[in-house]
This record gives sequence, C-alpha cells and structure tokens, in this order.
Amino acid sequence: MSNTTAQVAGKPADWVPAGDLQEVKDPEWLFHEAPREQIFITGSEAAREAIRRSNVDIAISYPITPQSETMQQCGYLYDEGFIKEYYRGEEEIGVMSALGGSSRAGVRSLTATSGPGLMRGLEAISSWPGARTPLVLLNMCRVINTPLAIQPDNIEISFLLNTGILHAHAENQQDFFDYSIAAFLVSEEVDVTLPAVVSVDGFFVTHARGNVKLFDEKYKIPPRDGWRSAVPAMDNENPPARISRDAPIQKSNFISYHMHASWQQEVFAAVERSAKYWRRYIGDLVEVVNPDAEEFFVSSGSAVSQAREAVRQEEEKGRKVGLVKVKTTRPWPKNELIAALKNCKRILVPEFNQAGWFHKELCSTMYGNIKADIIGGPRVYGGMTMPTEMLLDWLKETRKAAGEKV
Amino acid sequence: MSFETIRPSPGYEDILPIEYRDLIEHGQYGRDVKVTEMGKFKELIEEHPMCAGCAMTLFIRLVMIALPNPEHTINVGTAGCGRLAISQANIPFIYGNYGDTNSVASGLKRGLELRFPNQAKDVVVMAGDGGLIDIGFQGLMHSWFRKERFTTIMLDNEVYGNTGGQESGMTMQGAVLKMAPRGKVVEKIDALGLARTAGCAYIARIAPTNPARVVRTVRRAILIAREIGPTYIQAYTSCNIEYAIPTPEVMQDAFDIEKERYGFHEEMTDEAKEYITRIEKEAKQKAKA
Repeated sequence: MSNTTAQVAGKPADWVPAGDLQEVKDPEWLFHEAPREQIFITGSEAAREAIRRSNVDIAISYPITPQSETMQQCGYLYDEGFIKEYYRGEEEIGVMSALGGSSRAGVRSLTATSGPGLMRGLEAISSWPGARTPLVLLNMCRVINTPLAIQPDNIEISFLLNTGILHAHAENQQDFFDYSIAAFLVSEEVDVTLPAVVSVDGFFVTHARGNVKLFDEKYKIPPRDGWRSAVPAMDNENPPARISRDAPIQKSNFISYHMHASWQQEVFAAVERSAKYWRRYIGDLVEVVNPDAEEFFVSSGSAVSQAREAVRQEEEKGRKVGLVKVKTTRPWPKNELIAALKNCKRILVPEFNQAGWFHKELCSTMYGNIKADIIGGPRVYGGMTMPTEMLLDWLKETRKAAGEKV
Repeated sequence: MSFETIRPSPGYEDILPIEYRDLIEHGQYGRDVKVTEMGKFKELIEEHPMCAGCAMTLFIRLVMIALPNPEHTINVGTAGCGRLAISQANIPFIYGNYGDTNSVASGLKRGLELRFPNQAKDVVVMAGDGGLIDIGFQGLMHSWFRKERFTTIMLDNEVYGNTGGQESGMTMQGAVLKMAPRGKVVEKIDALGLARTAGCAYIARIAPTNPARVVRTVRRAILIAREIGPTYIQAYTSCNIEYAIPTPEVMQDAFDIEKERYGFHEEMTDEAKEYITRIEKEAKQKAKA
C-alpha cells in the first residue's frame, strides 16, 4: 500500500513534520500550570494557535465568511506538519459527512464553518452525536440568509442546542483559544464520546484583536486514542458483529422505538456527563460578577463583554449590577445558574439574535427555581452592534417599570 | 483485524453463538474463497429482509464473496434497499445520512490510512442509483475528482425501490414510475461517462449473470482502489417489485437487459492495468507453487 501522503509530497527527504517536534504534555498542566505568554491577536489567529497545540490528525475545510481564515490557516499548519492530513471538501454537507467518516476511523478531526454553512451541513452535523463521533467544529457565527449578509448574528446556535452536541460559546479571543483545545479533550472522553462545537461571534471576535495568553507552541495535548471510546471505531480491529439482526431500526419494528429512544437518552446523558471534564479545563461553567447584586445580566458570547462594560459603568455610578457568563450552553449549567441567581430580583438577557434562544433556555430552566423577573433583552440582530448605552437604557427602563429609582 | 482478535479466546468457544463459530472456522476470513465454493463456506451475509427474487441481494452476496480482505473492509451505504442487506453482513457498515456515502468514505479512508499506515483497510461504498447519482451526486463526483482511494459500487435498479418506486436519474427514458406519471422525460444518466471524465482508475458495468465475473470485477476494483485511485462499478440489479418482473424470471430479465443495453464493460487506466496484471500474475504463480 502506498503510504506517501500529500503531506510529505514535495518536501525534502530530511523534512520532519513540526508536530513531531512538539512535546506531549498533560492537558491539566497545560491549562493551569504551564507558563503563558500574552500576545495581541485576532480570534481567527487564536483558533490557529489552539489548533497548532491540539495534535489534530485531520482537518477538512470549506470556505465561508467569516470562518475562511481559520481553515486556510489550518492549511498552513498542515504544510508545516502540525496537522497530518488536510483537504478542501466539496461543500459543507460533504465536509461534515467526511468528518463523520474520519472520526469513525478513530482520528482527531476538525473543521470550521459559519451560519449558512452550518445550515447546509446540519443533517450531517445533527447525526454526529448519534454516531458517537468525537470531533470539533469551530463555528464563527454569522446571520442566516436571507437577505444575504455576512454580519455576526448567533441565531445559528439555537439549531445546535437540541442535537446532542456539546456546545461552548466563547466570549473573546482568549476563550476561543482555551475552549477549542478543551473541546477536543472533552469530546474524546470515553463516557462522553460526542462532537463538540465551539462558537464565537463572527467579526466581533474573529477579526478583532484581543489579548490572549498562550502556552508555548512546543507543547501539544496528547493524541486521540482511537481505542478509547464509548463505541468501537470503524477500524476492523474488533471482532465482527452484525449491527442489526432485524431490519434496521428505521424500519419501525417493535424493538426500534426502544433502540432509538435509549440511544437518544444515552446521548443526552453523555452531554450532562461532559460537565465535569469541561470544568477540569475551563473552570466553573459560569462566571459570576458581583454575586450579591439584585439585578443581573445573564448571557453568553460577545453579549457578555458588552454587559461587563455596562456593569463597570454602573459601578462608577455607585450601583452594583451582577453578571453571569455562561461558558457552555450544552451542557447547560442549570444548577450553577440557580445558585447564582436565586436571590436576585431581576435578570436581563442581552443577545445577538432575534429569537432570544438564550432567554428561552434560561426561562425554561429557571422556572420554579428562582423568583426573579427574567427580561428578554436587549437584543440586536442582523449583525448590529450592541452599544453599552443600550444595556444601560434597558436597565433604566426596567427599574422605571418596577417603580424604582433610576 | 488480526485472527487473534476474531478468534474466540480459549474456553469461550461454547458460549459464542454457533453462527459466530462457523464464521471463524468456516468463513472467508484469512482465505481466498471462490464463487464456485458457494454453499461450502459460511458467507458473510446469509439472512436479510429483502424481497423474494431480489437480484440486488444476489449481487451483494457476490460482492461479499469478492472482498479480497474482508477482515479489513468497511462498507459504507445510504438509504435504499441495499443497506437492508448490507447491514446484515459480518462487515462493519456505516449508514450515515442521505447521499453522504462518498464524503463519509473520503474521511474514513484518509483517517484509516493515518492510523494504520502499514495495513490496507478497504473502504467500499455500496449504494443505490438514487443515493449516488441524485442525492449523492456532488459527493460522488468530488471523491473521484480528489482521487480518493476507495471503491464505489452502484446498485442500479433504475428506481427508488425502498421509498416505493419513484423515477431516478438512472431510470431509462420513458419508463412510467411514481413521480414520472407520463414516463421519464430525460435519458438515463451516463454515470460511466462521468466516471471516465472524472478520471476513475477502473470502471466496470456488469449484470449479475456470471457470478465468477462479478467476483473478479469487484476484486479488481478494490485492489486497484487500494493503490491507484477511485474505482467504479455500475451493476444492474433489477427491482422485480417496481418493474413487475415475476420472481422466476428475474435472472432471465438480467440476461435480457445485459444483452440489450447492459453488457459487460471494463476499462482502466494504463497504471491500473499494469498493476492489476502484475498482481494477478503473482497470485496465479503463488497458487501454482
């Protein structure tokens, strides 16, 4: 069999892939103890640096704004030897399907996309959890057409919430670096064995610079072990077995309902089990600012940054407003949210989408557990920015409506 | 998959089902079975839920017999009649989504090559005409353009059988089927021509009238895909239900259609020809020795 991959084709005979020169380190040491150097880079560059250190076997790309830069950077990483295999797929259905194939082969697999690309690939994407395929998809949020736009709007996240996929929502460039590396590790845990998506609001983070503390690029996380997973890899290294003795489960014979139901149950149980691993790398699943406040902003992604500034400005005026940042929306940190919000009277949920998916999630899980009013907004969509003044105005209006001093 | 992996551990033989023991002791693993030996060895596929008289099932059985290295083969399929039988075989089978076979196979094959650089792992896509030429068209074509090293076998029954008999891209012009109430308007797609244009290393058209030829063709396609590039087999596997072919006449239909418009055809690149000639010669010499 020919073993000459495209990676070594055209390279000098003494070429050593850069990935081979990296040292595998314990992930917890890398996250919490390894020295870090701070640099000022874009979100796309933060993703590149995360991928460089993630010991990725295969990256399959397809361009779409604002994601393209990340997967083309993967091309350079491949050329340098940090990634072992790389190609541009035909389009997102093809890419997401191919990723399902490569993950089943037992290798660490990566791709990235944005809004419409996510929609196009959704049939394949939403089948990943049921296939128990550990892999990572980086999602740089973008409006769902139509009308055509490339602006940031994170409505697409709502489509992922009920698939059984793990989902983290990065606030900034630093999160994007950390969450992306963590996603590989969590995804591949035996009692998880699920795909992970790390979303970030497009342009606001991908094309803007921020401070990111990186551990040295001479280190990388351990490789994926194709033998360690909840279901066997499709590698023919297991005894042969018929998948189904009766007609496939889609044919609705009596046992099928039970098979399908129990399979789904296990997928969603695995999502919950992933929480302990996320905590291992990124700490608590929520960050709480001013825990004793009576009013809170609660959100994820870039909306958190805007809320942070609103909290700071309120503090300048002598008013204490709280903030809860949700790091992972799947698993949803219900208990942490109840603990953080049980004594407050009012919650505002700023979001970069029209539907208010975060507000719905919060309301459905806080109902009966806390007494606060949960106000859906402010919301901007279509890619609009969310000025801090808007959050402050909403605070003012809600206080006014409650008959309080503004 | 080494034999140590599939062989029952000492002391456990009696616990395993007789079917499994037969598979190990009298099956295809690790030996070269011939189609003339059918009935004398445990086939990879025996039970299936296919219709009586289904020519596709016969063809799938022959494909399984043809696998040069079944212990290192993964089948990939999609919605359609074929997967109802393929999923019953003692070969890992990936059923992904609609029309995703060649994309899944691309990622799978590349991943396997990364993990097992010194062990050939054969990936075989086996899907229907609708699954490949209609909904799977883009993935099919691009896997060929990218020169992915796996085999694609079209189970061409010229109809969407599993969904109840709708016209497909491979249906003959004029055929009256569901969704073509006045007869199919356009010609059958020339998938063989597309494979040629895309640069497949080996292309074959076949009907299941000559089992030995089916086995030889499939084996060639898989061996060439391992080393050279994409290979494509288009097999006439009639649907006796939707085309109302009486069960006893299914094989006669295959002979008739073969004679009329589905004659055996094989073509390959010079590189593939040189390769397959060499390894078939080596195999013959080995058999003589």
